[in-house]
Amino acid sequence: MKTGVVNYEAGNLHSVLNALRFLQEKPVLINRPEQLKQVDRLILPGVGSFGAAIQALKSRQLFSPIQTWLGNNRPYLGICLGLQLLFSGSRESPDIPGFDYFPGLLQRFQVRRVPQIGWNQVWWQKACPLTPEPDNPQFFYFLHSYYIPPEKNRADWVLGLTAYGDISYPTVIQSGNIWGVQFHPEKSGPLGLKLLNNWLEGAGGSNVNQKNNSLPGR
Amino acid sequence: MLTRRIIPCLDVDRDRVVKGTRFQELRPAGDPVEMARHYYQEGADELTFLDIGASPREEQTVLELVQKVAREIFIPLTVGGGIRSVEDMRRALEAGADKVAVCTAALADPELLTRGATLFGSQCIVLSIDAAFCDDSWYAYSHGGRTPTQEKAVEWARKGEALGAGEILLNSIDRDGTREGYDLELLQKMSEAVNIPVIASGGAGSLEHLARGIEIGKADAVLIASLLHFGDTSIPAIKEFLAARGVPVRC
Repeated sequence: MKTGVVNYEAGNLHSVLNALRFLQEKPVLINRPEQLKQVDRLILPGVGSFGAAIQALKSRQLFSPIQTWLGNNRPYLGICLGLQLLFSGSRESPDIPGFDYFPGLLQRFQVRRVPQIGWNQVWWQKACPLTPEPDNPQFFYFLHSYYIPPEKNRADWVLGLTAYGDISYPTVIQSGNIWGVQFHPEKSGPLGLKLLNNWLEGAGGSNVNQKNNSLPGR
Repeated sequence: MLTRRIIPCLDVDRDRVVKGTRFQELRPAGDPVEMARHYYQEGADELTFLDIGASPREEQTVLELVQKVAREIFIPLTVGGGIRSVEDMRRALEAGADKVAVCTAALADPELLTRGATLFGSQCIVLSIDAAFCDDSWYAYSHGGRTPTQEKAVEWARKGEALGAGEILLNSIDRDGTREGYDLELLQKMSEAVNIPVIASGGAGSLEHLARGIEIGKADAVLIASLLHFGDTSIPAIKEFLAARGVPVRC
C-alpha cells in the first residue's frame, strides 16, 4: 500500500511527513492529479483557512480528482482542515463549497479563546479501529477555530466527541474508508502516532471492516 | 476539557541550552536534543526553542536542531529568536517548527505579524513580548530585553492580536530567572486584555508559582526553564501538583 500526502502548502505538511517516516512509511507527495494513480490511500493534512485550501486544491487541479476519490470510497484520512474540507461548507468561507462528502456547515467557536489551542480529550462513542480497546477519554492536540455542529453528534458516522467551552462536538468521523480527525495525530505524542499507525495498518486499507460496533457498557 | 499546557523552554546559544537571570548571567544547562527528548518522554505538552544568540550562524544551528528534533519528537515545536522576515518564518516551519515566535522584528515592523498570518495562518504566529515595569506601566523591550520601546506591553498585545498573532508569549524581564514567581498583575491584565492564549514566562521558582500563574494570572500555558533544567522538579511532578489543585492538565 502506497500512501499519498496531498501537498497544497498546508502548514502541517512537514510534521505529517515526519510522523509517517517515523512509522517507516515512504509517503508520496501529491502535487498533481496524475500522481494520485501512484497511491492507494490519501492523507490530506491542513492548517489554515477553508476557502484558501479549496482554492489551492483547485489551482493544482486536485479538487475534482479528490472528490472522485472520495466518491469511490478509496481510503482517505483528513487531518484538521482535511476533515473540515469533507463537509458541505464552512462559515469561515461561506461562498466556497467543500467536498460535500458529509452534510453540514462548520461553525466558529463562540468562546473566549479562539482558536482552541492545546490538548483536549476525545470521548469515543463507538469501537474504533484507530484505537482498539481505547481508554476513554484520550488526549490529543487540537488547533482550530471552526467545528462540526453538535447537531451531528448522534450521526452514525461520528465516532468521537470533544468538549470545548460549553459545547460538545464531533472530532472523529468515518464513513466507509473515509476518515477524519479534527486533532493532530502527528503532534499528539506516542498516542497520536499509534492512532496514525493503526490507520496505516488497518483502517486505511481497502478491506476494512466497515461496521461500527457499539462499545459494551457505553 | 481543554487543558493548561506545560511548555519547557530551551534557550539555545550555539549548540547548548543556557539559562540566565534577568536575561543575563547565562549558565549552561545541557544538550538541546537530549533535553528535548527527555521532556517529550516526561509528557511535555509542547517545546519552545529560543535562539538567544540570534546571529546568522547561530540561527542556522537552531534550525538544524529543530530539524533533528522534529524527526523524533511529535508534539508542537515553537522556534523564536532572530526571526525577522516571512522568509525566516518559512525556513523555521520547513525545518519542522509548528509556530514561530517574533519579538524585536514585530516591534520594528508590526505588519510582519499580518504577513506571517496571511501566509501561514495565525496559529503559527506567536507574539513574544519581553516586558518590564518602568515608571507607570509595563513596556515592551526589544533586542533580548536590552532596548526599551514606547509600546505599553498590554496594548502591544492587543495590537498584535488585531494584526494576526495567534498567541502571546509574555516574558517578564523583571522576574526572568529570579524564581520569585510570575508577575501576576501583568499576567492577569494581559490575559484579560486579549482573546488569544497567553503563555506565562519568567520567574517561576516553585510549583506554587505555576499554579498561581494559571489560577490568578489566568495563563493558558506556562513556559518553564530553570525549574526544570536544574532538576528541581519534573513534568510529571508539576502535572500531579496542578491536577491536585484542580487545574486541568493532560496526564
